[in-house]
Order: sequence, then structure tokens, then C-alpha cells
Amino acid sequence: MPAVQETVERVKRIDVDQYRYGFETLIESDKAPKGLSEETVKFISAKKNEPAWMLQWRLEAYRRWLTMTEPTWARVDYPKIDFQDLYYYSAPKPKKTVTSLDEIDPEILKTYEKLGIPLREVAMLEGVEPKPGEEDPNRRKIAVDAVFDSVSVATTFKAELKKAGVIFMPISEAIREHPELVQKYLGSVVPTSDNFYATLNSAVFSDGSFVYVPPGVRCPMELSTYFRINERNTGQFERTLIIADKGSYVSYLEGCTAPQRDENQLHAAVVELVAHDDAEIKYSTVQNWYPGNSEGKGGIYNFVTKRGDCRGNNSKISWTQVETGSAITWKYPSCILRGDNSRGEFYSIAISNGFQQVDSGTKMIHLGKNTTSRIISKGIAAGKSQNTYRGLVTAHRKATGARNFTACDSLLIGDKCGAHTVPYIEAKNSSATFEHEATTSKISEDVLFYCIQRGLSQEEAVGLVVNGFVKDVLQQLPMEFAVEAQKLISISLEGSVG
Amino acid sequence: MNVALAKTGSGRAVSDLFASAEGLLPGSPAIKAARRQAFETYERLGLPHRRIEEWKYTDLRALVGEVLPLAASPDAGALSKAADAVKAHAIAGARKLVLVDGVFAADLSDVKAIAAEASVKTLRETLEKDAGDILTTSSTDAVISLNAALATDGVVLEIADGAQLSAPIQIIHVATAASASAYSRSRVRIGKGARATFIESFVAAGAKAYQVNDAVIVEIGDNADVAHIRLMDDAPDAVNITSQFVTVGADTKLNFFNMTTGGAVSRLQGFIKLAGEGSELSINGVNLLKKTEHGDLTLVVDHAVPNCTSREIFRAVIDDRAHSVFQGRIIVRPDAQKTDGKMMTRALLLSDEAEADNKPELEIFADDVSCGHGATAGALDDTLLFYLRARGLPEKDAQALLIQAFVGEAIEQIADDDLREHVVGMAERWLERRS
Repeated sequence: MPAVQETVERVKRIDVDQYRYGFETLIESDKAPKGLSEETVKFISAKKNEPAWMLQWRLEAYRRWLTMTEPTWARVDYPKIDFQDLYYYSAPKPKKTVTSLDEIDPEILKTYEKLGIPLREVAMLEGVEPKPGEEDPNRRKIAVDAVFDSVSVATTFKAELKKAGVIFMPISEAIREHPELVQKYLGSVVPTSDNFYATLNSAVFSDGSFVYVPPGVRCPMELSTYFRINERNTGQFERTLIIADKGSYVSYLEGCTAPQRDENQLHAAVVELVAHDDAEIKYSTVQNWYPGNSEGKGGIYNFVTKRGDCRGNNSKISWTQVETGSAITWKYPSCILRGDNSRGEFYSIAISNGFQQVDSGTKMIHLGKNTTSRIISKGIAAGKSQNTYRGLVTAHRKATGARNFTACDSLLIGDKCGAHTVPYIEAKNSSATFEHEATTSKISEDVLFYCIQRGLSQEEAVGLVVNGFVKDVLQQLPMEFAVEAQKLISISLEGSVG
Repeated sequence: MNVALAKTGSGRAVSDLFASAEGLLPGSPAIKAARRQAFETYERLGLPHRRIEEWKYTDLRALVGEVLPLAASPDAGALSKAADAVKAHAIAGARKLVLVDGVFAADLSDVKAIAAEASVKTLRETLEKDAGDILTTSSTDAVISLNAALATDGVVLEIADGAQLSAPIQIIHVATAASASAYSRSRVRIGKGARATFIESFVAAGAKAYQVNDAVIVEIGDNADVAHIRLMDDAPDAVNITSQFVTVGADTKLNFFNMTTGGAVSRLQGFIKLAGEGSELSINGVNLLKKTEHGDLTLVVDHAVPNCTSREIFRAVIDDRAHSVFQGRIIVRPDAQKTDGKMMTRALLLSDEAEADNKPELEIFADDVSCGHGATAGALDDTLLFYLRARGLPEKDAQALLIQAFVGEAIEQIADDDLREHVVGMAERWLERRS
């Protein structure tokens, strides 16, 4: 059904120009000189007080990067990036120790307020000690690591996590404090030579989160990272490394926003997950980088490599993503199912509006016996956007009993957008069972008629159907994020489906 | 990524091949220039390899390696061998047009009977008389360019507006020359309101290790009703690469079926464009592969106008170390509203070393459409096998029965009873050879 006039009007109103997080915080920052060279890499490494092996690792990645070319296979179109015209490191100027909320730099405080991070957590983030008796024991806790431009500004609940044995800290600190763990796992899932953007990240990554959950520990709270690009012309290159040791469990949330600018900004992150025997990692993302304005000007280039390695038997990695932001998204959170009986899951809602271009999906690589995977992808394209699902499911010769189920559905709103599905399904042994289904459609008129006949308005009926369309994925989000995700979807979508 | 094109031994050989063949190939000066240009394109690109997205699963550089020299024109011995093969593979009731090693064989063909209802010429005549655009195609890649450069002969069929063919036309490609290659190009034009059935068969007459590069251009007018069947049963060590370009008018029905039962390396790439509203397309295929055979079916269905329907059903049965590839793309252009496109591909793996690669793609630019695809891969259902075994059927027979049912879903789409029976017979013989 083509969109009705009312819908069209509403789409206009809720268009990408309505981006809520487009403000800029004016705080002083410490930047590396513009451009990329071995000097830049050394500068970042020195800033972070890194050991020599880390600098060596970065330089090797940088030298390899020089020999690589940008990938062009994705269905995205953008002017060539001048990698010498970017700042590769930017950090807010160090602040004094504070004891009460009143003493925090009011600019940073305002930023958190606008981002919707509750004040109490802001107090935590900014290191304010809580007054005795103010603790609410019933409140569910989330530990937050906030990354502002290139550095992690604060991590909360460190002490409580330490009691459980969980290590949660900025990766720059982990390199200094837990070199044995970092050296063992960094680059073991996404090697430095993996792809153009991952290699660039390996050379210049400035911060990110590090999580280690020891054997048998169920992480007592959700862990969360908040990424914010604030500076002009900066690339953000964060690196996240999560290790779940035998029989452990961790749930990790990631959110991101950026100011509204006319230039495009580059975000090239790498996320590596390692799950040992019987361990489980749940990784959820609500990606809301600035998508550019309604003329397609500005916005973030989101070129991210995310990969999980189910290294142990019976391990499980689950990716859930709600993608509403970025001018361009190029992102394929993947699972390598190495251990026998391991399981990979991918749940995704990708919404594109305006001139956004999304090329996203997953890879499920079945190597172990009786490995299973499940892919649920919902793409919604509106405005003049292009929304592509690109996924690979492959079963190795020795992956007997491998099982995959894939469902990817697309919804188109308006006649100027495109929705595309590009799955690769490779079965290399007879006991692998793969099922794949994909549909692209409008909302059924029968369903709409049924709702309207029962007294709903056209818009309410559409809202109901769209909520049902993405329900499978929303259900996978942790409570804390589900609320935010639902709000985001209502901003990006409400009334825009017809 | 660009792969440096150092000229290998085979690269030089193919340059020499073109240089020596150029003078002998039919065509006016304009055609000769077009051939030269097409060959330069081929030389620039070289054989397709896995870094080229469309050829990701069929890496001709690895699978084929070199292009063989052109087959010589068939002599009397070759023609008599071919006559036997034609007899064995002719479909009862159909009128034959025979190409031997890529050269039209008038004596083996039913030219007179066909000429009563349609116009039939050879590619050779057509190229020599008028320049035409027969060497130009809507889509091009290295193998299509190579075909344009070296196409020796083929059939040019014109079925007039309103003509109702009283019998199917069968184009039989016979290979008699070993270790040589044949380049053929044919065009079939079907007028408004016409009804026609044509069949293409690829067979070997004792030849081994040969290469076929065929191109077929099919142009169908409005209100037509066309059945097109292609049966590829080349020698087990042969290479067959066929490119098909189909344009469909308005309110037309096209029913296409392909079966691959032979060839060490084969690929059928079809580019089908729905250019008129209200047409219905049914495209179906079966790959029956064994040993180390590699069979690829690549289809691009382009919905360029509104209100068309397309249905694709593909079944692959893969034994031993064989490799089946299905790449299907449905494109819905910005104005092609009310498009209804469905595609279903299923692979049955009979051995642990068999491989099935499926890439069903949707590329959609219109909002009021209903498109979908499904893909599955797996082994025979143990419970079904057990049921049949419990009723006393030997293992192989039980398997054969289930496989027949599996491929039957695609074969059933052939409307003509006799043709369908013929194809079922081919599938049965394949299964018998297996057990």
C-alpha cells in the first residue's frame, strides 16, 4: 500500500532533521596533530603509556594498512575518505577530582543529561561518592563505561564488579594492568590483517572497553558502554574485547550518539568476543549515530568489524542490534562456531530514512559439530534510503549436524527507497540443515482493514503492525535497552509506514 | 580487488587463437570490428575468477584454466557420428535444427518443415548479409565477450506475429571434436500473439574434454505463449558455459525449464527482463550432479515494469564430490509496482563431500510489491527413508523414490505432457546410473 498523505506529512516531521542528540559540547580537548603517520601511532601509544609490545603491534598494523585498499563490494556510495584529513586522537582535558555533582564541569553534566543517562549514574561516571544511606538496594544496576571521543572518561561500579572477580575497565588501562590477558586475546578473533578498517583500527585505536569474566561467574550486572563523538573532524576508533571464561555469563550493552555536523565523521570500531566452554555472551547495540540531515549532508560513516568466537564447547554468543543512525553503516557482527554444540544468534532491526545507506548483516561460520545458529533480520527503508541485508551462512566439511535458520524481512515505505537481500548459503556437508526465508512487502491490507474495522485509526493500525514486525528482535534486548530502542523506533518510524 | 593480468601461457594461446581464427569467422567489416572490440574486452578481463562477485562460486580460472582452440568444421565422419547422436536424443514429434561443433548442419535438420511455419536462417548468413546487433547483448562479461568475438554459427529463428507452431522446435548441439571449443550464438524472435515451444539439447557424440560457449537471445512479443526447455547432457569431462538474454513483452507467458545432467563444469547464466506489463514468468531448474561435476545456474530476473509475476523453483541433487551453485537475483525497478516475485531453491546433499552454494538475492526499489525467496540445504530425511525401508524397499530404491519426488516439484512445472515425461525419463536414467 503506498503511504497515505497523513503518513507522508508525519514522515517529514519526524525526519532525520529531528535528531535528538545533535548538540555539541564545548569542552577543551587534547588532540593529536591531523593526519596519519607512524608518528601519529607513536603519539597515541605514548599518550596511553603503552608497553613496547603494544606499540610494535600497532606499527605492524599500520604498515600493513598502507598496503591495503578500501573495500568496495558493499552497496554503499560515498566520496573517497581522505585519511590524512582526520584527527586520530582527541581527549577531553583532564579534570580535577570532584566530590559532589555541583563541582563537575557543567558542560559535561549537560551532555549526560541530554543523552538521557540518569543523574545518579552521572554521579558515578564523574566519580562522585554517594552519601551514606542514599543507596537504593532494589534498583537494578548497570555498570557504565563512557567513551568521549577517543578516551574512556569514566567507569562505574568498578569495586562491586571486582568483588565478583569481573574485570571491566577501559582497554587502555587493561593493557597496562592485565597485559597477559590482552596479549593473549587481542587480535585473536579479528586479526590485525582482517580488513581495511579493522587494520586501521588496530593501528590507531585509542580506547574502548575490556571485560574479563572468570570461570563460573555470572556477571552480577549488565555492563554498558556509551560512545560519543564530540570533536569536529575526528575519527573514533574504539576497540572492545570481551572474554567469557568457562561457564561464565555476561550481558553487554553499547550505545552511541554524535553531534550534528555538516561534515562526515568516521567511526571504525572493532569488537572481539571470546566465549570458552559453556560460556555465554550477549551483546546488544543501540546505534544512533547522527544520520545526516534531510538533504543527506553530514552524518557518521559507521564501518565496524564485530566478531565473536565460540571457542569452547557448548558456548553461545548472541548479537542484538537496533540500527537507526549513521549516514552509512557497514557492519556484520559475526559468529565463528568453533566449539562443538556452540550456538550463534543474530537479531537485528535496521531502520533507514533520509539518505541513509545501510549494508549490514551477519556471518555464521559453522566449524564444530552440532553447531546451531539463528538469524532474524528486519529491515525498514523509508525516505531515499537504501537498506541491504548481506549475510553468510557456511558449514564446514567437518561441521556435521550444523543447523541454521534465517529469516530476513524488509518493509519499504515510499517509492524512493530500496531494500535488498543478499544472502550467501554454503553447505559443505550433507548433515548440515539450512533454512532461509526472506520477504519484502508492504503491510497487508487485510490486516489493516481488520484493525481499522475494530476502531483503530490508520496510523495506530500501522504502528501496531510495525511493532509486531520488529517484535522478534525487540524481545531479545535487555530491559534497559528495550525502552530506549522502542523510543528510537517510534522516532524513526512512527507514522512513516503505509 | 584487481588481480594483475600477467599474460599466462594460456592467455597467449587464446590471443593467437583469435588472430588465426579472425579471418575465417563470418561477418561484414562492421561485424569484424565488433568482434575485435569484444575480444579486446575479453583480453582485458581474462577468464572470470572468484574475486568477481558474479563468478564467486564458479572460478573459471581454477576450474577450466585455459580456452581450447576452435573446433574444425565437421567433416563427413563427424557428421555421421553426429547423426547417430541426434537420433538418440531427438524428442519425438519435434522438428530439429542441428549444430555440430558449433556449425549448422543442414542435412541433419528439418529446415523445410520449420520453414513452413517460421523463418529460419543461420548465424553465418545473418552476419554476412547485414551487420545487425546480434553480437550486442544487454549484459556483458568476459565469457559473453569471448562468445561475441568467436561465435562461428547458430540459428536465427523468427516466428511471425500470431503464428501457432504445430510442433516444438529442438535445437541440438552435438560435440564430435575432442579437446576443442565451439562458440555458437542463436536468436529466437517470437511475434505478438504467437505460440511456440522450443527445446535446446546439448549432447556429445563420443567427444571428450571439449568446451562449449553458447549465447541465446530470445525476444518475445506481447500476448505470446512460450515454452522453452534446455537439457544439458554434455560429456562428463566437458565444459559448457551458456548465456541467455530474454526479453518478455506484455501479457505474455513464458515457461522456462533447465536440466543439467552432465558436464565437468557448467554454468547457465540467464538475464531475463520483463519489459511489458501483465506477464507471467515461470523459471525452473534441476541440477543432477555426481563425481566432481560443478553445475551453476545463475538467473537475473529484472522486473522493469509494473504488474508482472515471476516464479522460480530450483532443485539440486548433489552426490559424491560434486558442487552445485544457484544464484538468483530478483530486481524490482522503481516503477515496477504490484510486482509479485517468488523464488525457492533447495539442495539435497547425498554425500558428505558434496557442496551446495545458494545466493538468492532481492534488489527492490518499489514499495508496493510482494517478493520473497526461500533456500534450504540438507540430506534426505531419515524418517522418510526408514518408512520406505520398513515397507521392503532396498536403500537405493528408497533414495531414488525420494529424489524423484524432490526434483519432481520443479519438473512438474513443464506444461506439455510429452516433454515432461521425457525429462522425467532423463532424471530416472540418471538415478539408475547412480545405483
